[in-house]
Amino acid sequence: MAETSGDRGFREGAVAVVPMAVAVFGFGLSYGVLARAAGMGGVAPVVMSITTFAGSAQFAAASVLQAGGAAATAALSALMLNARYLPIGVTVAPWLRGSIWSRLLHAHLTVDESWVIAAEGTGRWNPRVLLAAGMGIWIAWVLGTIGGVVFGDVIGDPARLGLDAAFPALFLALLVPQLRSTERTTQVAGLRIGAPPPAIAALLGAAIALTLTPFTPAGVPIVAAGAACLIGLRRRP
Amino acid sequence: MSTVWIVVIASGVGTLALKAAGPVLFGGKQLPDRFTGVVGLLGPALLAALVAIGTFANGQHLVLDGRVLGVGAAAVAIRFRAPVLVVVIIAAAVTSTARAIAG
Repeated sequence: MAETSGDRGFREGAVAVVPMAVAVFGFGLSYGVLARAAGMGGVAPVVMSITTFAGSAQFAAASVLQAGGAAATAALSALMLNARYLPIGVTVAPWLRGSIWSRLLHAHLTVDESWVIAAEGTGRWNPRVLLAAGMGIWIAWVLGTIGGVVFGDVIGDPARLGLDAAFPALFLALLVPQLRSTERTTQVAGLRIGAPPPAIAALLGAAIALTLTPFTPAGVPIVAAGAACLIGLRRRP
Repeated sequence: MSTVWIVVIASGVGTLALKAAGPVLFGGKQLPDRFTGVVGLLGPALLAALVAIGTFANGQHLVLDGRVLGVGAAAVAIRFRAPVLVVVIIAAAVTSTARAIAG
């Protein structure tokens, strides 16, 4: 494995993140509107965007609170949805060589979008790009939340604007470039399948998630889908 | 302390713990070679799950609604190499139109 983590720097990360940051600003607006409507007040949603900084988890917590759920239920559903950040954190860890504070900062700025932008392929990540992209997403998310909390009455119901469909569309746009691979076939359980490993992992991940959705609390299907990456496990030499 | 603030603090501390566990414990250390293929496939697996859940899940129910059309239109836009922002706007616009027509 190469010791360098790629030629891209902070600047390239900052440029690459701009279109996604605009989309995330829109999600932030819809989160601000929904959180306020859920009775979270004006300040708590903004503080949550600054500190928790994870879209789907914050939406989940707001909807539990709106339904009159307990604090523990709301926090737990948020953490379930964020459980994927445990393995995601492990994937970027080898490329974070700074002090503990630097590593904590990079960890906090690791979200789906920045993690994907910073990926250099073949299991390598670029910490400078991660930092720049993470900061871009964070600023957009926090500003969007403030906008949603303040201008909620003007914006109206985010579902009417179709913003809930924008989420999976963004993830699909992030997924497609990741499906490319130099390998044409995949070896799974002794079988050779005529599709590249990322495509098989994606199909398997989606299948696991949809199968578990009716039977498990939100978040569990996503974490379980992560197990699809184990098809890339090499045999012990 | 109010319920809302307990949720904000617990979720903030818990999320940072989840995100930081890897970087704090294994920062700068290479994973064993066996796992290099695995970490590269975590992205496709998780993103595909997020797409599937975001398109079909409503709580614990699987449903077909306006989002399917929106994400389908997004897929076509991605196929024609539209920029990310355009893809996202198309998804929202198609879903919103479908909902307006369905009433």
